[in-house]
Amino acid sequence: MNKANTIRPSRGGGTFQFFYKYGTLITILLLIIFFGAMTDSFLNYTNIISILRSISIVTIIAIGLTVSLAVGGFDLSVGSTASVANALVMSLFVWHGQSIGVSLAITIFFCLIVGLVNAFLVINFKIQDMLMTLATMFIFQGLALTYTRGATISQNMIMPNGDFATGVIPKAFGNLGKVPWIIIIMIVVVLLVHIFLTYTKHGRYMYMIGGNVEAAKLSGIAVSKYRLLAYLISALFAGIGGIILASRVMTAEVNAGGSYLMDAVAAAFIGYSVLGAGKPNAFGTFVGAVLIGILSNGLVMMSIPYYSMDIVKGSVLALALAITYYKRKH
Amino acid sequence: MDGGAQSCLEREVRLLADHNRTRLEMKGISIAFPGVQALTEVDFHTESGRSHALIGANGAGKSTLMKVLSGAYNHYTGEILLDGQLANIRSPKDAKGYGIQVVYQEVDTALIPNLSVGENIMMEHTVHGMRGKHMVNWRQLHRSAQAVLDRLRVKVPTKKLVQELTLAEKQMVLIARSVSMECKFLVLDEPTAPLSISETEALFSLVRLLKSEGVGIIFISHRLPELYEICDDITIMRDGRLVTRDEIAKLEQQDIVEHMLGAKLDGQFPERWSRIGEVAFEAREIYDSGKVNGVSLSVRKGEIVGLAGLVGAGKTELCRALFGASETARGDLFLHGAKLNVRSPHQAVRSGLALVPEERRREGIFVEESVVVNVTAASLSKYANGASWVSSRKERIAAQEIIHSLGVKTPGQQAKVRNLSGGNQQKIAIGKWLLTDADVYIFDEPTKGVDVGAKRDIYNLIAELAGKGKSILYASSEIAEIMGITDRIYVMYDGAILKELDTARTNEEEIMLHSTGGLII
Repeated sequence: MNKANTIRPSRGGGTFQFFYKYGTLITILLLIIFFGAMTDSFLNYTNIISILRSISIVTIIAIGLTVSLAVGGFDLSVGSTASVANALVMSLFVWHGQSIGVSLAITIFFCLIVGLVNAFLVINFKIQDMLMTLATMFIFQGLALTYTRGATISQNMIMPNGDFATGVIPKAFGNLGKVPWIIIIMIVVVLLVHIFLTYTKHGRYMYMIGGNVEAAKLSGIAVSKYRLLAYLISALFAGIGGIILASRVMTAEVNAGGSYLMDAVAAAFIGYSVLGAGKPNAFGTFVGAVLIGILSNGLVMMSIPYYSMDIVKGSVLALALAITYYKRKH
Repeated sequence: MDGGAQSCLEREVRLLADHNRTRLEMKGISIAFPGVQALTEVDFHTESGRSHALIGANGAGKSTLMKVLSGAYNHYTGEILLDGQLANIRSPKDAKGYGIQVVYQEVDTALIPNLSVGENIMMEHTVHGMRGKHMVNWRQLHRSAQAVLDRLRVKVPTKKLVQELTLAEKQMVLIARSVSMECKFLVLDEPTAPLSISETEALFSLVRLLKSEGVGIIFISHRLPELYEICDDITIMRDGRLVTRDEIAKLEQQDIVEHMLGAKLDGQFPERWSRIGEVAFEAREIYDSGKVNGVSLSVRKGEIVGLAGLVGAGKTELCRALFGASETARGDLFLHGAKLNVRSPHQAVRSGLALVPEERRREGIFVEESVVVNVTAASLSKYANGASWVSSRKERIAAQEIIHSLGVKTPGQQAKVRNLSGGNQQKIAIGKWLLTDADVYIFDEPTKGVDVGAKRDIYNLIAELAGKGKSILYASSEIAEIMGITDRIYVMYDGAILKELDTARTNEEEIMLHSTGGLII
């Protein structure tokens, strides 16, 4: 009888627990002190705003990815979805002369279709999420490339028939990608998803599905419905990220969203440990994005070449994964 | 590949020619695991060329004893003798060296599905018998495998992939692997449980063939009728001890059942005084892919109906089918006379059903979540304001109520369920459903792995639910438990209900008799 009544002490050393919880935040603090001391301009108001602006697109895309991770999925196609949205919204302005409202509506609609396709394949064919979305990542990337015929879309571009494109990118659209709007949008997205995942029953269900899909199913949770919803949300935010990217650079480069995938994955996985959450969460993802942003910005200021940056980002991701998986066993 | 297998066969043939019988004795075998004395001073003996039944209720220690014999454990006390010579068996390799081979019930764990039949049969040889060689001689491998299969008169192509075989064929492949090595004693752990009648017949003729070749067969089974057909001797175990050993022909089926059951437990079951009302829940003609074969049952208001039967009888499959958790199940469900549309657990919960699953850690709880999150998992809408805003205050009140009424021992509501003990985790898995106000509760082995004190709490809880007029279906392979808590009993055997019994007018022997296949007529 006593055996059942005793409570097993929580395992793991106190030091590891502490650094697991606060490690990311402490690292950010140390990096700020370090870069602040090493360079003159790191702690300038303009540089801080510039860091926030630079992470906003990554954050928005990573937040979508976080929702897919919450249900135990993994949407690798977020980068490609951003590319699709990026190319589509620009082409609607430049090629078809559509208004902001129509362009955004059509773009978001197609992004949701992307999410629907992902969810359909993953749920109906019971293929591992990561493998399935690896395939769709290429499909959507290819679709975006084919649609733009491998060219950059910009105002007054030369069309295949030799004429100049007549459509104009509305001025108001350009504001989306400028301070303060770009930062405000990022903060709103983080807050909305944080509230959704933490305080609504839908968020709770998603975490349950991610934690133990069999138990969730037997608890009467509509598992497929919530996995579908997660992929729709993931594609939606990837799409928003692509749209804001378009607004920031005012052109649609070839496969512009692709490079955001790894940063988003890193941000989301760094976020697992923030404040000891132990699961994908919106606030943690934001903190992860901040960490990557500070690292990139500071290292550039210290004259580390941009082409070496992937080594640093990759190492940070590897470290975050190592900590997350080590924690699961201890 | 050299002629290793060939020489094994030759040795085998020589062994037959000699016709001298090898005697296997296990003396005073005891083994303990943390918190459990699994075997206490067990004696067991048999000899080659005979078929010996090893039988006992679930948890009697049959499998543990055979694991000791096969070298799966090395911390037992007692000795194993072969022809009076001490055999020091401390690892599976030792056991194989002495010619003791085992075919476990879970055939898939011992086979490599994406390799061919031939490779699987000759696996032992490929792993241990190749010495310094590095190249596989495919022709010889398949020829040696074919020789073994021919000897056993088993017709399975050696080049077929194991993943394409039926379960019975896989078993044959494992037996072929065993006899491809030196094989004096072959342990078959519940080999017939998943087989059809014709497959069982094929297995039996193989067993007879091996016996005639001088192999000693040790046969673990729950199915009494078939033991009479295939076995010469019988050893009966209960609670980790030897009960009796005899020639099987000298024992009646009822005697075996009595030996398996032994003394009764009393006093841990709650007094029941529930008023049993009209039929509330009804299932008609439930089928599920060979595991459940046309089950019809009904449960009245306030009634606890037992689902008895041994492990593998189809109780778990039936519970899951009733709850919509099996995609292949078909049949009709009725609640208060109205037909239910239950195609998923989601619909089952909405219809007023609740299932406390057997594998609670895998199916019933969220170990990484807190106690609060776990107990409100199935009823979260009740604690959500508007449509979806979870009120942490309402949630905490509900969780506190469950913790209090079930006596859950936890450091607090926010403690992760991972840190609770097995009994308390089970209470959480049950507590989750108390908050849903279901009409029908299905319990699948709710006291499995739970200690005595927590068991009593769970019995009380279930009796209380019945007292409130809920309908309860209680599946368990513990017959004492079924006798202690139910009003009426369905006995399952081979996926079907073999017998319906009134608890007040039956006894454990009768239930066990039906659980093991009924009387031979």
